[in-house]
Amino acid sequence: MADLVSVTPEGLYCPPGDFHIDPWLPVARAVLTHAHADHARPGSAAYLCARPGLEIARHRLPEASIEGLGYGQRRRMGEVDLSLHPAGHVLGSAQIRLQHRGQVWVVSGDYKRVPDPTCAPFEPLRADVLVTEATFGVPVFKWDPAETVVQDILRWWEANRNLGRPSVLFTYVLGKAQRILAELARWTSSRVFLHGAVAGMTDIFRAAGVAMLPTERVAETARGRDFAGELVLAPITARGTPWMRRFGDASQALASGFMRVRGERRRRTLERGFALSDHADWPALLRTVEESGASRVLVTHGYTAPFARALRERGLDAAELPTQFEGEPQA
Amino acid sequence: MKRFAELYEALDSTTSTLAKVDALGRYFRQAPPADAAWGLYVLTGRRLKRLLNVRQLVDWTRELTGIPEWMLSECYAVVGDLAETISLLLDTSRTTAPSEVPLSVWMAERIAPLRTLDAPAQREQVLRMWSGLSRQELFLVNKLLTGELRVGVSETLVIRALAQVAGLPAPVVAQRLMGEWTPSAGFLAAVLGPGHSADDVSRPYPFFLASPLEEEPQTLGERGEWLAEWKWDGIRGQLIRRSGRTFLWSRGEELIGERFPELLEAADRLPDGVVLDGEVMAYGEGRPLPFARLQRRIGRKTLTPKILAEAPAAFIAYDLLEHSGADFREHPLSERRPRLEALIDGLHPRLFVSEALAEPTWEALGERRAESRARQVEGVMLKRLASPYRAGRRRGDWWKWKIDPFQIDAVLLYAHPGNGRRANLFTDYTFALWHQGELVPVAKAYSGLSDQEIAELDRWIRSHTRERFGPVRAVEPSQVFELHFEGIRASTRHKSGVAVRFPRIARWRTDKPATEADTLDALRRLAT
Repeated sequence: MADLVSVTPEGLYCPPGDFHIDPWLPVARAVLTHAHADHARPGSAAYLCARPGLEIARHRLPEASIEGLGYGQRRRMGEVDLSLHPAGHVLGSAQIRLQHRGQVWVVSGDYKRVPDPTCAPFEPLRADVLVTEATFGVPVFKWDPAETVVQDILRWWEANRNLGRPSVLFTYVLGKAQRILAELARWTSSRVFLHGAVAGMTDIFRAAGVAMLPTERVAETARGRDFAGELVLAPITARGTPWMRRFGDASQALASGFMRVRGERRRRTLERGFALSDHADWPALLRTVEESGASRVLVTHGYTAPFARALRERGLDAAELPTQFEGEPQA
Repeated sequence: MKRFAELYEALDSTTSTLAKVDALGRYFRQAPPADAAWGLYVLTGRRLKRLLNVRQLVDWTRELTGIPEWMLSECYAVVGDLAETISLLLDTSRTTAPSEVPLSVWMAERIAPLRTLDAPAQREQVLRMWSGLSRQELFLVNKLLTGELRVGVSETLVIRALAQVAGLPAPVVAQRLMGEWTPSAGFLAAVLGPGHSADDVSRPYPFFLASPLEEEPQTLGERGEWLAEWKWDGIRGQLIRRSGRTFLWSRGEELIGERFPELLEAADRLPDGVVLDGEVMAYGEGRPLPFARLQRRIGRKTLTPKILAEAPAAFIAYDLLEHSGADFREHPLSERRPRLEALIDGLHPRLFVSEALAEPTWEALGERRAESRARQVEGVMLKRLASPYRAGRRRGDWWKWKIDPFQIDAVLLYAHPGNGRRANLFTDYTFALWHQGELVPVAKAYSGLSDQEIAELDRWIRSHTRERFGPVRAVEPSQVFELHFEGIRASTRHKSGVAVRFPRIARWRTDKPATEADTLDALRRLAT
């Protein structure tokens, strides 16, 4: 049987449905797994995404024509039946299920298997062929429970407060920042300060009904305000810019799955790194492949070569699928 | 162990020097002396040698996790540190109470005895150690097993903290920590104690290191205020004659006398209570021999007459650190130098003072420096005559005025992942030159690029990989880099037939296509 998804210069393409998935060049019809910058690129004529992610996609692609589709709803695209299912990655993230002449393909997009208070949990799907991510596809990546990591963040914040230092935590603008605000809300009710980019996205999550700590935009604080003892969330791109000067001798940390590796943190000369990820860790990747029942697996980004080889050694037909998904800058 | 793990955490989670010295000081004050002595041992980069074959740690990890060999090497490429890789793979994310067993017991009773056990007993011991530990402690124990524990504190910083605790000048503490010692409560007391203890007769002084001269020498002032010498290309060493015994130390604080019996013999003619700073050289027929010959000699376990004849050694003395049993370092060089000459001249043909270059002006000295390459030296050293002999790398009184390096434009062929803070980035590169229409690898280099360039090159490598050999990538041969290096010699171990010394990256030549990179013949011509 012909492949339902293949790689073209524009990105992943479904020939019988005549649409692209997360294309990196402009196309006629694009289906989005989620709105991170490496997946939702501008310029296509029409976009389809999961309905809970519609506002986020509109925020990221302000000029585009975007339609939302409810999780689990079927949509006929050419000769293909398409449906979107929660991926647990960020609010509105979706796995794409494709059915064509009795054959089922699932394109996972980015996903995680642990609970996240800001989005619907990953829905296990059966598939003949699974296209999976492998951002953390080697066995050194195993996540501690989010609760443990969040308590580490709290302890760091508290230690800095006792020293009269601001705590600046660098994080993804979309998803990770809101997840941290929601997880922290279980333990504290303190106000957190946000960089403008984080604040804009957080407003969308709040409007969607996600419960988070109270927040305030750094830009709206009085001139010369002292941030000693406060927690600030900002994108890593703010690091080293004049915007940071107001925080003086702040302790700087990054929340990312890569922080599990000491060298990754030291290279960035960060005081702390918190291994909190919105991607599946090694055990969760293996579990997902197994639960899908797929006999053929295509691996799209991250540690594709070792993960595909590990799957082949488990008797699966697995191969790399070269893509340009590389995570948001400074994953 | 708990206290040491806390210290490690404190050092690892700050980039402030002050905070590090504080944390170290607290540790040395609060830890029981035997633990603090072991902590000092580890923090100054010392390690228990030949404990076990590191390969075995890998095998036991594979046995416990079922992870195949190739995947372990992929993991290592991601993490860039073997001890850390193992601790991440063995991590079960369970919460474990910190180990209350003191560091000294860990080191002296659990880790050190591994050396004497056979392989099955070692396995049993290590697996028992691994089983009860948190991820952080697992990492620390693995670091202690595999070698030195780097934690972003220099020896200077440790010495500063210790000097504060002891209320002593840092140079005194530094000298007490030189050479080989056994960590114990007694040793720590001697380091921290007042006055002179009965120091080991073999103890060397900290070496004074020169800084590269980046400006014109005219900026240093009058030529007459400076001593100029050739910058010899050998092994920096300290020759000690005390209590009728002779010791030869390398700058790496290793005793290397066994390798150079003719130098020990020559030093027997020195009076007692003398310490010389100098260069160990391969030296024959009145001139230095290539460094490679010396290297061959260091590499051998046993010295055959043939090797001794091929690479005869000499000690070229720079300075006099101890005279008549007294520390002489505070005297100005203008006093030390004549004493050194009076002491050594004519004593033994294998022992002589480094020639003072007489050129009276900076211009004339600059012309003399041009002879460096022909003389097999690395350039000229400039030392302020009024200066004392300082410790460590301190700018201002000693400068190395090196000759310009060789340079060549080469094509990037392979990329390897780096270690430590360069983990999970492609930072080690193999470069090639053209030869008969093909690219032949000539050098590996990993230094010289900025962090920003490394990140950019890493992205380029990932998207221009042609072939993978485990973690190593063969890339599209299109990127040209200007390489600098210090020397070239014939080599049968390299496919190109030549090996270059100290290769490093000077520039990413984004302006040059690969076809315009240099040829192997051009490199060979540089050698002649």
